[in-house]
Amino acid sequence: MSRLDVDRVRKDFPVLEREVHGKPLAYLDNAATSQKPRAVIDALIHYYSSYNANIHRGVHSLSEEATVAYEAARDKVRDFIRAPSSEEIVFTRGTTEAINLVAQSYLRPRIREGDEILISQMEHHSNIVPWQLVREQTGAVLKVAPINERGEIELEQFSKLLGPRTRFVALAHVSNALGTINMVQEMVRLARMRGVPVLLDGAQAVPHLPVDVQELGCDFYAFSGHKMYAPTGIGALYGRRELLEEMEPYQGGGEMILSVTFEKTTYNRVPYKFEAGTPNIAGAIGLGTAIDYLLGLDLQAVRAHEDELLEYATKEVSKIPSVRLIGTAASKTGVLSFLLGEIHAHDVGTVLDQEGIAVRTGHHCAQPVMDRFGVTATARASFAVYNTTEEVDRLVEGLHRTLEIFS
Amino acid sequence: MSELRELYQELILDHTKRPRNFGTLEPATCTAEGYNPLCGDKLTLYLVVEDGRIKDVSFQGKGCAISTASASLMTEAIKGKTSDEVAAIFTRFREAVTSPIDHELDLEQLGKLAALAGVREFPLRVKCAVLAWHTMRAALEGRHEIVRTE
Repeated sequence: MSRLDVDRVRKDFPVLEREVHGKPLAYLDNAATSQKPRAVIDALIHYYSSYNANIHRGVHSLSEEATVAYEAARDKVRDFIRAPSSEEIVFTRGTTEAINLVAQSYLRPRIREGDEILISQMEHHSNIVPWQLVREQTGAVLKVAPINERGEIELEQFSKLLGPRTRFVALAHVSNALGTINMVQEMVRLARMRGVPVLLDGAQAVPHLPVDVQELGCDFYAFSGHKMYAPTGIGALYGRRELLEEMEPYQGGGEMILSVTFEKTTYNRVPYKFEAGTPNIAGAIGLGTAIDYLLGLDLQAVRAHEDELLEYATKEVSKIPSVRLIGTAASKTGVLSFLLGEIHAHDVGTVLDQEGIAVRTGHHCAQPVMDRFGVTATARASFAVYNTTEEVDRLVEGLHRTLEIFS
Repeated sequence: MSELRELYQELILDHTKRPRNFGTLEPATCTAEGYNPLCGDKLTLYLVVEDGRIKDVSFQGKGCAISTASASLMTEAIKGKTSDEVAAIFTRFREAVTSPIDHELDLEQLGKLAALAGVREFPLRVKCAVLAWHTMRAALEGRHEIVRTE
């Protein structure tokens, strides 16, 4: 494994050159969305300026080129998450749409009143609300695996909640608010042993960890492009072929049909059955480019760099006596959620912003996590491949400045 | 840093740390709840209104420095006022925290509330400053849904 050349990586991201309030930008809000490398931006410009066309129908050259590029992006996603085939990759707007698709097209017709859906206490709202909709539509019951003081799901607790009525499990691979890397492989095994299908929300995992859906053994894997250096509005759902084949379409429209008459419509094969309407062609191509970019960096080196940042940040931020870290799991990605004394996270965020430091403040779309730790909001610094220990130092200085103002 | 000092000036921090009229009020003639989904801030406002005049007011809840100080300063500003007077103060206050930076404000007329005028340099924080005011208006109008800032 080679060491990551951060200076070189930083040059790939044009936005990192800008200043905020007269200070160089320190972008530490990567769990919300990452910045985009020049290669991805160029791929969008190139698509729109040289071969923009609708896909899968035209016989003209531009349509052919666009179709080839769009399908090549699907193949890249397949390889990136080690899916068996490209037919098992459905392009979506992002993780949220992918989860809603599974909730409505897979689970809703297969679950009855009193059946159970098992999630965890650390889920993002997008892996809670779609299941609550199914609950309202069917009378199913939502079960929640608790997390401990460090922000980890305990396998024993999880296992106990897998019962005879459990029909589906949906879990975060990595927590957005806490950074916890869940023992998903083992959890999938426990569920599948009982014949219960599992969806993993990989939004926070794909930018940071090598993902192999076959090794994980999950039935569905959902993720977004924009947290892994790709554009917003594009993501993917991996689904096991047998399940995708059995499922009803999610939305109706063009592209997802083979033939339409007023009497009868024949649906297209997977994955097109789930891609109604003109898709985000540029976004998919951008996602493919982001995958190339990330793989070009060496995922092991990326992981080592982000681990180093997390370790350094945890050590330095913890030196401030009034800091309370939220999320101290043994296995984490580069997410540091914290409270600074009695100072509200929003005020911390405002002071840091004046220093050019972007962090997220609030409940991080994971209010049950906030409730679990008895807080309303935290400040969260989250790292990406281009962050540096100097930026962590600036964060720490900014926190001292905040304390000064509120002393 | 000067804009920050302006935002978090002494009077604001004083009201954040020692909010005035903080706690419940029994019996209140009207109450309302305010919620800012952006930061999870919540507050409950209690009013005692007699003969169209706010005889007493208090608030309770958890929020950032700006929303807490704004609620605290508001309770001081509206106590003893009629609802028409309160509406006029709110209009002036809202103008102060939302008007363009080059727009000149009549700070004298705002009294202590002028301390919050620094918020207009921080558009993302305007919601924090107006939460208590919107909640107060809902309480006066007898609306029972939770007031949201977005």
